[in-house]
Amino acid sequence: MSEKIAFQKIYTRLTKITKATCSVKASGIGYDELAIVHGRLAQVVKIMGDEVILQVFSGTEGLPNNAELVFLGKAPSLRVDDDLAGRFLNAYGEPIDDGPALRGKEIEIGGPSVNPVRRKQPSHLIATGIAGIDLNNTLVTGQKIPFFADPDQPYNQVMATVALRAKADKIILGGMGLSNDDYLYYRNVFENAGALEKIIAFINTTEDPPVERLLVPDMALTAAEYFAVEKKQTVLVLLTDMTLFADALSIVSNRMDQIPSKDNMPGSLYSDLAKIYEKAVQFPEGGSITIIAVTTLSGGDITHAIPDNTGYITEGQLFLRRDAEIGKVIVDPFRSLSRLKQLVIGKQTREDHHQVMNSSIRLYADAANAKTKHENGFDLSDYDKRALSFAKDYSEKLLAIDINIDITTMLDTGWDLFANYFSPAEIGIKEEFVNKYWPGRKEN
Amino acid sequence: MPTTGIVKGIISNLVIVEADGPVAQNEICMIDLSGTELMAEVIKVQNNQAFAQVFESTRGLKVGTGVHFTGNMLEATLGPGILSRNYDGLQNDLDRLDGVFLRKGDRNFPLDEKAEWSFKPLAGNGDEVVAGSWLGEVTENWIPHKVMVPFKLSGNYTVKWIAPSGDYTIREVIAVLTDTNGNETEVTMYQKWPVKLPVRAYKNKTRPFRIMETGIRVIDTLNPMAEGGTGFIPGPFGCGKTVLQHALSRQAEADMVIVAACGERANEVVEIFTEFPELIDARTGRKLIERTTIIANTSNMPVAAREASVYTAMTIAEYYRSMGLKILLLADSTSRWAQALREMSNRMEELPGPDAFPMDLPAIISNYYSRAGFVELSNGKTGSITFIGTVSPAGGNLKEPVTESTKKTARCFYALSQQRSDSKRYPAIDPIDSYSKYLEYEEVQNYISENISNDWVDKVVKVRDVLIKGREAQEQINILGDDGVPVEYHVRFWKSEVIDFIILQQDAFDPVDRLTPLKRQEYMINKLLEVIDSDMHFDSFEDVSSWFKKLINLFKQMNYSDFKSKEFSSYENEVDEMLIEIVKT
Repeated sequence: MSEKIAFQKIYTRLTKITKATCSVKASGIGYDELAIVHGRLAQVVKIMGDEVILQVFSGTEGLPNNAELVFLGKAPSLRVDDDLAGRFLNAYGEPIDDGPALRGKEIEIGGPSVNPVRRKQPSHLIATGIAGIDLNNTLVTGQKIPFFADPDQPYNQVMATVALRAKADKIILGGMGLSNDDYLYYRNVFENAGALEKIIAFINTTEDPPVERLLVPDMALTAAEYFAVEKKQTVLVLLTDMTLFADALSIVSNRMDQIPSKDNMPGSLYSDLAKIYEKAVQFPEGGSITIIAVTTLSGGDITHAIPDNTGYITEGQLFLRRDAEIGKVIVDPFRSLSRLKQLVIGKQTREDHHQVMNSSIRLYADAANAKTKHENGFDLSDYDKRALSFAKDYSEKLLAIDINIDITTMLDTGWDLFANYFSPAEIGIKEEFVNKYWPGRKEN
Repeated sequence: MPTTGIVKGIISNLVIVEADGPVAQNEICMIDLSGTELMAEVIKVQNNQAFAQVFESTRGLKVGTGVHFTGNMLEATLGPGILSRNYDGLQNDLDRLDGVFLRKGDRNFPLDEKAEWSFKPLAGNGDEVVAGSWLGEVTENWIPHKVMVPFKLSGNYTVKWIAPSGDYTIREVIAVLTDTNGNETEVTMYQKWPVKLPVRAYKNKTRPFRIMETGIRVIDTLNPMAEGGTGFIPGPFGCGKTVLQHALSRQAEADMVIVAACGERANEVVEIFTEFPELIDARTGRKLIERTTIIANTSNMPVAAREASVYTAMTIAEYYRSMGLKILLLADSTSRWAQALREMSNRMEELPGPDAFPMDLPAIISNYYSRAGFVELSNGKTGSITFIGTVSPAGGNLKEPVTESTKKTARCFYALSQQRSDSKRYPAIDPIDSYSKYLEYEEVQNYISENISNDWVDKVVKVRDVLIKGREAQEQINILGDDGVPVEYHVRFWKSEVIDFIILQQDAFDPVDRLTPLKRQEYMINKLLEVIDSDMHFDSFEDVSSWFKKLINLFKQMNYSDFKSKEFSSYENEVDEMLIEIVKT
């Protein structure tokens, strides 16, 4: 390694410096290659003739135009082996936990995609105990799903809970612009749960330069692929916060004079995000990568380019909302969706799952209409009143994020609520199921 | 001598090549990345510089790398063995690529070169033929696959020799043709065609006249798709675009279904890979996979190949249409293709149009849609391509360039509504905003009169009016309150709810409800019109909703039961009793 560096040419004349990039005249340089400029890591983003443009991850503040620049002859990479487990690393894959340097095999990050015909259809349910997820938006291994949440919502807490209950072999945390407090929160939660040995974290906090964040998802997913492919493990990847990742993308594209598209995001935002999320996969040999991400919203606006593009890529989204009626945070049943739930509900769960889920959400919607009616000063019908009482109970017993019960109990709870407030005709479920599960009519 | 060149610039997947000879727009060139050949397509030529979009990752590529130009545009390879295959956007057979991951530069020949096909001649010596004429036939899965005069041949030819019945591979010569000057051309069972050019080997394109059944009530009854027609499905994410497309691919009445998964989720393609070999086509009793070809260029696969994928899919559709078959082509999603165009346009620093999309986007989209259609072939037989694309409008806003450009060209509009989706009313096709222009076609109306009933179109219009009146009544109720409007308003609203729950809503996951044949749709519409036409009397608005909820529940049970089965009839009797009761009082 040192021998190789000895032969490397040192450039000392930068031809252009912007806030995120610098240029140098050089030849024989590969696209995507890494370089060290003035002690900072940089990557080739454009080559025109002999002009090479590099994005400097930690920013170009104080960078002189006579800075030393050395090309490393390789794309960003991570050293992987079993010792990666339990480590806390920075965006470059360097330890930040006072542990030894990584020694594993060096793998380029952002590697190739899985051949779609080699994928297996995701089919293992991930039970979280949270009914707002398990009952209404069931998660499956190999799925990719974000929380869409306003910054004040407890998404990091819910995500940590889900991660610990998910029974994954490895939990890989990719923190982008994570506040130091949240970083310490994750560390404590994992430590208290005695789960540190299955955690690997790549952390870029708010104190670190924003452009460094661009490396975090690929680092986390390269580690994930190692454990899922080579070790056939069930890997859960947590990415928080993808909005800050996208913001970093827009900084770089802006500095490169690209024409912005909607909301000042680069035109390639969809592809950039898809490349990350599509790493979620169920491998035929048993390993899997599941991605749970956070996309923070601004004022709940999901039409902004970041949540919008994300929604088209991911297999659903989970919304958190504070329900003032019960004073708790719930998983919003209207706007949340898990696209893969069909693969497991009624198959790995009880046959009535689909219908119980749909009917209760429809009744909850009736309650929302009744509420609007009431707010507009109209009298409520008997049905409206029953729907409202149902909604409160439903919110409290099933939607709240502090629930921890198994799915059969969730379904039974659903039937109990139906029976408490409605007649079988009002819930519109197949008669076969009503006869079997309606409280008091149960065959067994 | 073929043109060669060297790489001068690299911006992501756009490569600028200095060429030493002639270069054509859309010509394919190969970039030699230390032994691995990267395929690229020329998308702009400026002096001796060719701007090429690379179909793979350019990581590690250096300025000064050698390039050779192939002299061909991107071509699809057409011959027996395309059915049931899973291709990528460049028509590589994904099942025959090694390894779990897609490796840079991996390519293969799309057809099986060793397989022998049992050939039966259809033409005889001395026959006059033109491009697209049927020379012979092999059986592919169950489709009589025609071996045709290559589309690239222009002018008139005479069959000099045709192979006798027997087993041949696709590379063996099965016919020799002579042109008017006496020059001979050998024909094999496969041919190549540049994907960006439409195949015009047909006599003429006629207006669609037949309805293509999909088994989806809100489409067949209210907004029918015509065989050889075009349509599009825009909708925000989570509104069920993909579920709807999958339902179409499973149920539509077509000889062959081509699914172009363009820049969408890989797991959705996996669903087709996994389920279609198991699912049975209700009409033919065969496995669905036997009639399906998938072109998968998922969102994480190279962006440039996304554009290629929709063209490859269309070219394969045109090839099979020339055999006199009914093809359904589905593309999910055309917005991703438009975004791929935008990315390249941006890298080439072209002046942007609205939302940074290229200025010629509307023209590109309408050219593409115009390749669908119902055609009469030179031998008098007919074939069709029905095309349905999905559009993923940014922010769910239909006033964005891709939706607007598509709306100008597609004849059916299936608007997915966020509101319907939020209240789980699936499929979330808005019955009032959506339209099918084909319902206005005289040809289609005649077909309907002959094949369904004389007054069908009137009934459909009536159903639509009930929905509009119901929506108006609902608005009044919301403004004035339940008891602020006459009971009659509630009846009007609930009549429209019956249509909504029983016709519009359909359970795509229920084995019976998911597919409703047109005959059954007609039966149910007639039944519902009895409800609509009944003069009902209620004492209070609360009685209205509880009576109708009970009615809807019975109708729903009918939808879940096999048509005219014992259960079906018993629920129907209950409905009839309810009706008699309410009209009497």
